[in-house]
Amino acid sequence: MDKPSVPASVEAKKTERPTKRSTKRPARWVTRVDDLWHQVFGPLFKGFETFGQILVLTGQAFYWLFRRPFRWREYLVALDFIGVGSLSIIVLVGLFTGAAFSLQVTDTFRTFGMESYIGAMVTLALVRELAPVLTALMVTARAGSAMATELGSMRITEQIDALRTMAVSPVQYLVTPRIVASIIMMPLLTMVFSFAGMVGAYLVAVILLEVDHGLFISETEWMVDTYDIKIGLIKAAIFGWVLSSVGCHQGISAAGGAKGVGLATTRAVVYSSVAVLMLDYFVGDILLIIYESPS
Amino acid sequence: MTATDFTERDERYQIRVRNLHKSFGKHHVLRGIDLDIERHKINIIIGGSGQGKSVLCKHLMGLLKPDEGHIFVDGLDIVPLNEVEMNGVRRKFGMLFQQAALFDSMTVEENVSFPLREHTNLPRNKIQEMVAEKLAILGLHNAEKKMSSELSGGMAKRVGLARAIVLEPEILIYDEPTTGLDPIATKNVDNMIAETAQHLGVTSIVISHDMASTFRIADRIFMLQGGRIVANGTPEEILDTTNEDLRVFVETSGTVKFHGQPSMGGAV
Ligand SMILES: Nc1ncnc2c1ncn2[C@@H]1O[C@H](COP(=O)(O)OP(=O)(O)OP(=O)(O)O)[C@@H](O)[C@H]1O
Ligand SMILES: [Mg+2]
Repeated sequence: MDKPSVPASVEAKKTERPTKRSTKRPARWVTRVDDLWHQVFGPLFKGFETFGQILVLTGQAFYWLFRRPFRWREYLVALDFIGVGSLSIIVLVGLFTGAAFSLQVTDTFRTFGMESYIGAMVTLALVRELAPVLTALMVTARAGSAMATELGSMRITEQIDALRTMAVSPVQYLVTPRIVASIIMMPLLTMVFSFAGMVGAYLVAVILLEVDHGLFISETEWMVDTYDIKIGLIKAAIFGWVLSSVGCHQGISAAGGAKGVGLATTRAVVYSSVAVLMLDYFVGDILLIIYESPS
Repeated sequence: MTATDFTERDERYQIRVRNLHKSFGKHHVLRGIDLDIERHKINIIIGGSGQGKSVLCKHLMGLLKPDEGHIFVDGLDIVPLNEVEMNGVRRKFGMLFQQAALFDSMTVEENVSFPLREHTNLPRNKIQEMVAEKLAILGLHNAEKKMSSELSGGMAKRVGLARAIVLEPEILIYDEPTTGLDPIATKNVDNMIAETAQHLGVTSIVISHDMASTFRIADRIFMLQGGRIVANGTPEEILDTTNEDLRVFVETSGTVKFHGQPSMGGAV
């Protein structure tokens, strides 16, 4: 009923055959072009494929979000790890970013007699750009990499398969809580970052460099709108999705032992960081068009 | 042979595999598996290392998708099912992985109780009781609070076994349940497999390299070689086999005596 099995020796011969007919090889320039094609477009196609898989994973994560069972504990653990766990590092980085920024800016602004705008300038930059981007990079390094490592080692030790045998969706159990928690926590952490940055800027400008306290505060209040804050928070939420979906995707598709897990982690951090920095521009641009800065 | 022959629930055979093929890259592992797993019986699969026994088991639960072929579980072809549809079928199964695959961030108790917490509404103390009972049967007393990353290989395997059986599924797949266990634990596990099959009427699929226990507990033995099932039969039939590979494979273990003439240098 079936085709007879082919002994191994016969199969081996089959694969040898093409090398013997070397006279019929394609011309050299053809293979060159072919190589070039693969070298240039190979990574590009791979990139598109990865991007597609990440979108699919996100779709699955949200499909499972609204389905029973709801495992509150997994969400709490993820919120705690991503949010509370990143808090101190975000405060620290925010404080020093604001301080360094205001240190560099104060001199220049003084030269042009625009001392009063220092607070506003620093705050705007923080709220719109620096806070969401730097928070995303910090959370990627801390939590995104951890997601890739954790899910990656679960993958290669068959723990993810074990979940599936118990009729538990690994996406629902592992991925959904992480993505949701990141999307919730990134805006909150970004606000913390902005606030810490403003405190840092204030300390350096007002206390150290003797900028007038009243001017610093009043110009800041006048220049910075809820609209600026909204832009920052929307960006933050998008970055939260990016870093968690990339981290989880790399983890879940890890293969090839300890080295594979290491590779997944590296990729998660690199891809997320690059994506965050690139998206920052495009999302910023789109949001500017949508909200049409009230001037 | 068409697929439609098997879409009825069959009283004798619970799982029917037809012409299953699977390759990893260029490596053609399963090359047309035909397999019938008998209901309520202990079906043991033997075969050399790297022949694809574990890969075959993963196909039975839909963890891997074949390149070609059909797998019927109670008359339902599971090959075209997606993950969500597959979850319904998987509730019938329990599986022990070759490397145990315990959740290493959880304790032993959390591991074994995991299926109960996921799929039942039993109260906490009832769950604890059931877990303790299963662990005791397997000779793991007072191990509940240990982290699973701290266990020895043999202990991890038995915890994996407890996790697989705790929901008392219809079909149990054991991937080398006794490899790496001491003789007494091996006997315990053998007895447990036999008892679960007898008392609960579980359909058991066991991968084993242990010929002594294979011939002790098997209702039916299959040999997987070169990506195909090359022999199958009851232990008695296997002892009468003329299949050279099978004879050598079993005889080398030194635990079982064949009927008829010895195979070495003999005719096929
Ligand atoms: N995910 C995978 N990717 C690539 N190759 C794989 C994969 N899983 C298994 N293989 C290959 O398939 C073959 C069969 O593997 P399998 O684990 O099923 O062997 P086995 O019969 O269970 O052996 P053992 O008795 O040692 O457990 C091996 O050659 C292995 O290299
Ligand atoms: Mg195996």
